[in-house]
Amino acid sequence: MNAMTTRYIAAFIALFVLIVGVGMMMGSAFTVRLLVEAFAFALIAMGLNIQWGFGGLFNFGILGMLMVGGFAVTFISYPVNMEFWGSEGPLYLGRTLLGMAIGAVLIFFAHRVQRFGITGKGRGAVIVIAWFIAYVIFRSQMDPAASYITSTAGWVGGLGLPVLLGWAFGGVLAGLMGWLIGKVSLGLRADYLAIATIGIAEILRAVLKNLEWLTRGTLTVSPIPWPVWTPQIYQANGADTTTSFILARGGFLAVVVVIVLIALFLIHRAYLGPWGRMNRAIRDNYIAAGSMGKDVTGRQLEIFVFGSVLMGIGGAILVSFVGIYDPSSYQPINHTFIIWVMLIVGGAGNNFGALFGGIFIYIVWMLSEPLAQALFNALSRFSSDMGWGAIPDIASRAVQMRVFVMGLVVTIALRFAPQGLLPEVIRRKE
Amino acid sequence: MNDLIFFFNQAIIGGVVLGSIYALGAVGVTLIFGILRFAHFAHGDMMTLGGFISFVLAGIVAGLGIAFPLPIGFIVVPFAMLIAAGLALGIDKGFYAPLRARGAKPVTLLIASIGVTMMIQGLIRLFFGVGTYSFFDTQPKVLHRIELPFEGVTRPISFSEPQLLLVISTIIAVVALHYFLTRSRLGKGMRAMADNPDLAKVSGINTKLVVRVTWIIAGALACLAGTMLALDVSLKPDLAFNIVLPIFAAAILGGLGHAYGAIAGGFVLGFAETLAVFNWSVLLRPFRDNLPEWFEIPNTLSLVQSEYKLTVAFVILVVVLLVRPTGIFKGAST
Amino acid sequence: MSLIDLKDIKAGYGATPILNGVNMAIDASDIGVIVGPNGAGKSTTLKAIFGLLNVMDGTITFDGRDTTRLEADRLVPMGLSFVPQEHNVFTSMTVHENLEMGAFIRRDDISGTLDEVYEMFPDLKAKRRQPAGELSGGQRQMVAMGRALMSKPKLLMLDEPSAGLSPRYMMEIFEQVVKINAAGVGILMVEQNARQALAFATKGFVLANGQNRFTGTGQELLDDPDVAKSFLGG
Ligand SMILES: Nc1ncnc2c1ncn2[C@@H]1O[C@H](COP(=O)(O)OP(=O)(O)OP(=O)(O)O)[C@@H](O)[C@H]1O
Ligand SMILES: [Mg+2]
Repeated sequence: MNAMTTRYIAAFIALFVLIVGVGMMMGSAFTVRLLVEAFAFALIAMGLNIQWGFGGLFNFGILGMLMVGGFAVTFISYPVNMEFWGSEGPLYLGRTLLGMAIGAVLIFFAHRVQRFGITGKGRGAVIVIAWFIAYVIFRSQMDPAASYITSTAGWVGGLGLPVLLGWAFGGVLAGLMGWLIGKVSLGLRADYLAIATIGIAEILRAVLKNLEWLTRGTLTVSPIPWPVWTPQIYQANGADTTTSFILARGGFLAVVVVIVLIALFLIHRAYLGPWGRMNRAIRDNYIAAGSMGKDVTGRQLEIFVFGSVLMGIGGAILVSFVGIYDPSSYQPINHTFIIWVMLIVGGAGNNFGALFGGIFIYIVWMLSEPLAQALFNALSRFSSDMGWGAIPDIASRAVQMRVFVMGLVVTIALRFAPQGLLPEVIRRKE
Repeated sequence: MNDLIFFFNQAIIGGVVLGSIYALGAVGVTLIFGILRFAHFAHGDMMTLGGFISFVLAGIVAGLGIAFPLPIGFIVVPFAMLIAAGLALGIDKGFYAPLRARGAKPVTLLIASIGVTMMIQGLIRLFFGVGTYSFFDTQPKVLHRIELPFEGVTRPISFSEPQLLLVISTIIAVVALHYFLTRSRLGKGMRAMADNPDLAKVSGINTKLVVRVTWIIAGALACLAGTMLALDVSLKPDLAFNIVLPIFAAAILGGLGHAYGAIAGGFVLGFAETLAVFNWSVLLRPFRDNLPEWFEIPNTLSLVQSEYKLTVAFVILVVVLLVRPTGIFKGAST
Repeated sequence: MSLIDLKDIKAGYGATPILNGVNMAIDASDIGVIVGPNGAGKSTTLKAIFGLLNVMDGTITFDGRDTTRLEADRLVPMGLSFVPQEHNVFTSMTVHENLEMGAFIRRDDISGTLDEVYEMFPDLKAKRRQPAGELSGGQRQMVAMGRALMSKPKLLMLDEPSAGLSPRYMMEIFEQVVKINAAGVGILMVEQNARQALAFATKGFVLANGQNRFTGTGQELLDDPDVAKSFLGG
């Protein structure tokens, strides 16, 4: 047994002990909830690991993927809104679609005007004008459709399909988004890519937040169904409140763990196979790999899409579990940066590192608040004993402590353990 | 005529104000990039931090009970800039310098700056909560109105005192920076290092000193921008976090590493945002009678809805990154 | 005691040494010329002297002091100057500013030295307000040399100053090198135009595989049939 194996075992045993400890301190219902979310975040961190760890691709737009995944599951699994389907809404949307198609055709031809002898600056101008006209056509259809739907049916509602289908659709939609983002921005240098992805994610966030007819925007959608029995169903069958929560969340947890394990198994096999080898070759020596005739951009796009799919599924799981889709609740810190902390601390390039980091950091994140609160309470008691008065607003301040803790953790990790707790295993002979 | 003044008040003054803020922030981002070659993501939070430093100092000064003809928040800005510069130096020494010494890649520094962002945000909210603060609790915010001596013009040109001060201090900062970069020995050393770090070292330029000066300037300008933004609007813990992307957009627009480009980029974006949400139908209204029958002036005729104001900068950013990642002003200066 | 003295230098960019024991000694009155095949370690030798890479073994003494571990920002004030092989001007800065950067470490009045440099390279005076990036290859080389002279060095190190220049420009640069040396500045230069350079060298070094192969006066190396055969192209 080599030192690395020992480290793996030690890390996961320590994690297990931590979870048991949390369970004893905070109660089972809380712990199971924590674990569901932790595993969902681990899945997301594994997605980032594919992009950054395997592919060396920077993604600061994780938030966008989670939002897309969350939207997908909401749309698929939320009950059908009959009022919308009975109204003229679908007709309006059909017209908008038609407008978009016309715009797309315009833009398509604008890109081809050189056939008609218009080149250089002239072509650029034609393209800009075409975009502008397409935008005007789109807005002229979209705006009335949006206001009609919001004023009559409220919003379009869902499709009432199974939740698991919604998670899968979350993956598909996020993958599609990843493909688009990758297609336009993967040629950029790492820091430009970071800014571009965060920019695109912010655009997405603003759009989803303001598309009231589609996402209900700030009005939020709830309750979003679960793939397993909810506590309410258990209660209706005679379980008491605590047990119902533990049972229901336990069922949810089982589903999520199975998904994470399947993902881990598949990714790890791919990582050890020729696909993973090629990607590592590209990451470590971009130029040499390109000159050896490998399709660098194609591979990178593939990686970006795969990672995005996992992020989308993770985002969908989170929304189902919380039961509410609130586009304004997405924050760069809670939904992008924390994933980076997970991966850096866990060990970029290592699937188990991502899994470990995801679960571990999420627990630290969730525990920072009660711990900080306890600390502040103690300090407050001390300072009021000393006659300096108590610390005001302890509860709201304690929430902020965890952001600080995360920042501290990642800077310390970068400085003292830049490879993470479970570093990537470099196989010399492959 | 009244409509033109409305346009001026809304779009031009708004654009100049926003552009000044963006320019001040983008200069810092671009200088750090030029010298240290990494995208300093925590810059927006250094702005917020600067705003809060000024706020605390203003609180202390207001407690002294002296009356000032200018907003107290503005009076204390030089001192706040000093403190912010010191903090910027400390942040570099504590978090970035050790990574550089190890020869870490710029991407690692970028991730570290995310860590710093989180720490600053956490600390600010720890001490100030999540509420909104105003510099004008003890003082009124002065509004300037300039009546135009034309017949039939009833609407005055109007702007607030903080806006005027912002524009004046931006001009001062830009001019001072220009003289620093082109006339002073250290400023030229800074440009030399941004141009060719190896040759700068070979020439005996004290690169450590240049790095320190860069942080001092960036920190001080961030504090100035943060304070002026807070004076103009209000002080919130997430004040500049939303603005860090437009600032990067401005810096990239101007070509990362090019100080003058960043300033220009800041103003371009400032105007782009305000013009994009401006309701152009206001300007059409006077011609109501001359327009053809079928043309009905819509009530709102803005390019994008105001909810999407922030996304204007991102869209421009993404387009620039895709079409011309070296920036649109490349080769113009610095 | 020589102005600069290299004893058994072993140095490299990573763990493996590129230089395996290089010895050299140059006086203030000397023009030392290093020749050798591509990849021999000529540039690496100059970089090792200038503290730009890690010296694993051996000692470098400059002006009577051990400078083995010193970095560039300490060496320049001691009187060492270096013109790298590539990227040796600040392209976005004017010619004048490039020269000023050469004098960065000086606190005294630099106008006298500026005049001397402009006198040495009259082309530059006319282009003084132009960005160095807009100059021709030969003019850039002059800017690079001028920049290195601005710190009033005791020893000037040049890495292939004639690379890519026409014969006329090459001779002009060499003439200036001799003049600079006559003014009391020691020269250590790497040259591919070995015959022309060795003709005026007081000391010549042939480097191959990171080691000295031959050492002698320039004339001795030119006359040596072995050197001529293997390194000077017959
Ligand atoms: N920055 C570097 N990092 C790693 N290895 C390097 C670096 N620069 C040069 N080398 C290696 O060091 C060896 C010597 O290079 P050096 O530049 O000293 O050669 P040279 O004699 O100057 O050749 P040339 O005549 O082509 O300039 C070469 O094998 C080269 O591959
Ligand atoms: Mg060489």
